[in-house]
Amino acid sequence: MGPFIEVVLGGLLAGVLYSLVALGFVLIFKASGVFNFAQGAMVLFAALSLARLMSDELTVAHYLGAAAVLGLAVGYGVVAAWRRLGPASAPGPRVGWGVIAAFALIGVAVAASFGVRGWPGWVAIPAAAAIMGLLAVAIERLVLRPLVNQEPIILFMATIGIAFFIDGFGQTIWGSGIYNLPLGIPKDPMFLLESVFDGGILVNKLDIFAAAIAGVLVAVLAVFFQKTRIGRALRAVADDHQAAQSVGIPLNQIWIIVWTVAGFVALVAGIVWGSALGVQFSIALVALKALPVLILGGFTSVPGAIIGGLIIGMGEKLAEVYLGPTLGGGIENWFAYMLALVVLLFRPQGLFGERIIERI
Amino acid sequence: MIYREAGQFKTTYRADQAVFPIPQDRVAMVLILLAAYVGIPLFASEYLFLAILIPFLILSMAAIGLNILVGYCGQLSLGTGGFMAVGAYAAYNLALRVPELNLLVVFLLAGGCAALVGGVFGIPSLRIKGFYLAVATLAAQFFLEWMFSRVGWFTNYTPSGSVAAPRLIIFGYVFRTPAEKYLLCLFLVTIAALAAKNLVRGRIGRSWMAIRDMDIAAEIIGIRPVQAKLSAFAVSSFMIGISGALWGFVHLGSWEPLAFDINRSFNLLFMVIIGGLGSILGCFLGAAFITMVPVFLNQLPTILGIPISTAMISHLEFMIFGALIVFFLIAEPHGLARLWAVGKQKLRLWPFPH
Repeated sequence: MGPFIEVVLGGLLAGVLYSLVALGFVLIFKASGVFNFAQGAMVLFAALSLARLMSDELTVAHYLGAAAVLGLAVGYGVVAAWRRLGPASAPGPRVGWGVIAAFALIGVAVAASFGVRGWPGWVAIPAAAAIMGLLAVAIERLVLRPLVNQEPIILFMATIGIAFFIDGFGQTIWGSGIYNLPLGIPKDPMFLLESVFDGGILVNKLDIFAAAIAGVLVAVLAVFFQKTRIGRALRAVADDHQAAQSVGIPLNQIWIIVWTVAGFVALVAGIVWGSALGVQFSIALVALKALPVLILGGFTSVPGAIIGGLIIGMGEKLAEVYLGPTLGGGIENWFAYMLALVVLLFRPQGLFGERIIERI
Repeated sequence: MIYREAGQFKTTYRADQAVFPIPQDRVAMVLILLAAYVGIPLFASEYLFLAILIPFLILSMAAIGLNILVGYCGQLSLGTGGFMAVGAYAAYNLALRVPELNLLVVFLLAGGCAALVGGVFGIPSLRIKGFYLAVATLAAQFFLEWMFSRVGWFTNYTPSGSVAAPRLIIFGYVFRTPAEKYLLCLFLVTIAALAAKNLVRGRIGRSWMAIRDMDIAAEIIGIRPVQAKLSAFAVSSFMIGISGALWGFVHLGSWEPLAFDINRSFNLLFMVIIGGLGSILGCFLGAAFITMVPVFLNQLPTILGIPISTAMISHLEFMIFGALIVFFLIAEPHGLARLWAVGKQKLRLWPFPH
């Protein structure tokens, strides 16, 4: 019994990692109907930015650029908060841009005073998040806006183009080696329930850490979606684009927000995956692991992404241990897809997806 | 002025149903074929054949197959690389185990194997639609890739996992030089394009298009979705399988499953989309574009004389390729074939503005 539980638990925890990537997909698909193949590339990009900003090996330009982006984001946040809280004294667009630019300059100046030195995590993580935000704005402006109202397959292809671009871009500016994330996340194995089973159950501390992070992330997202104004707008857009637009919800802003949130989710996934595997190109391929999770759980369901991830992770580990030896190993590449395919034959919209109703 | 159909009256049904109803088109097509069959072999260099023309032709054929599925029948598939692998390995095994078979027959049978496999993996399409189906076809891709790398029988138990194609001998004639190989590919691609063009104009093609436009409505007017979808999967996989066999036998010579990985699938999908969904001409345009861009990007630094490391070149290549894809999708979401149609329309009116 002990080994079996160990396999199941290991699978569940691995599944959490898949869910983290699948979450980003679901957010974007729900809000904009775009099947975002670039999510894996975004995970890689976020992890690379973070890992490299924390290292000492970059040129001054990298630190200054990242500091400018961070300053921009902080400035934008300050201006937005100012407008929200004090409408009477709210700055006009010109003053607003001035404030944002001032913050960017302050960021550059502070970074310049530090010189070439790796940033501590509490600066590097917001900086990486700011970079993901900027990326979201760029994607919305340069790709999604010109392609609005196109067919889903065209948008899908465009996101593959984006994925290629981000992969190349990230490795061009940040380098293409294998980097570690010095965030101090524990990686060593530990034993659980030694009193119940003989020898206990072997689990990796990193997996438990990942599960905790995923739990927090889902809770934060749930609060964000249910309790905030923006979250309500996002849900409205996800429900019905046209109705949302007709009550005055700006679609373009919503897309930027949702891609930014997906970027943050990618950053979290990047931190976890980067700690597990080291930050390297193969992280971009985890997107392929997240796809069966998506179709199993349903494209439009956040709980679906979590539960789908758990099922896929568990099924994969069980198959690897109990079927792998007979089939010759290496089956984890396709087993998840087959599992999802079988489920789809019975529920074409995935386990938790919205029922697809077709009319003439 | 020169190019217009005004005054060309069709007096028979045959004339009305011709593949190229306008004489100018027929003349142009004859000229293009002449150039392809006679002109290019006379003047092209060996490098041009091996690096551009042969891959272009073979991938055009695969793109035609994929376009039948995605562009005409509306079933998004990401398993193309896997089906190409089926063709390649089927041809390898047939040539190895039944050496007396004519190579052309081997190619056809390899296409048949791919059609069978494609039909099997097409079954989920009866139930699953849209992106769910696209992801489900990835199951085919990963499963087939795994099968050809892990099951020893397919590779004749070679320890390295890579297999080598036999010499290209058809009716006792050995295809040795690049020009001969090029002509072989050209011949097969011509037949495939002609067959595809006629299929999509006929009853079966119309049923595919009806399914694509709205499958429930198509079902109500009496088109059987099972037959239409599975036949699209089978015909498409047949062509993809033959192109896979050609890719292995003519282009690569020896290969391993990695040659047919998921990037191949994406590449082919790019060709179909950049070229134009639902257009045979678009397949050729898209294949030409996607084959030529990396070759060009690869040589750009040398041409411009910029010293960059090879790793950097490959990253920049990724970037520029991705940006180009996005740019083309924004500039003309309906593909190069649509650009050509627009140009043709302009040509009809020229030199008058209306």
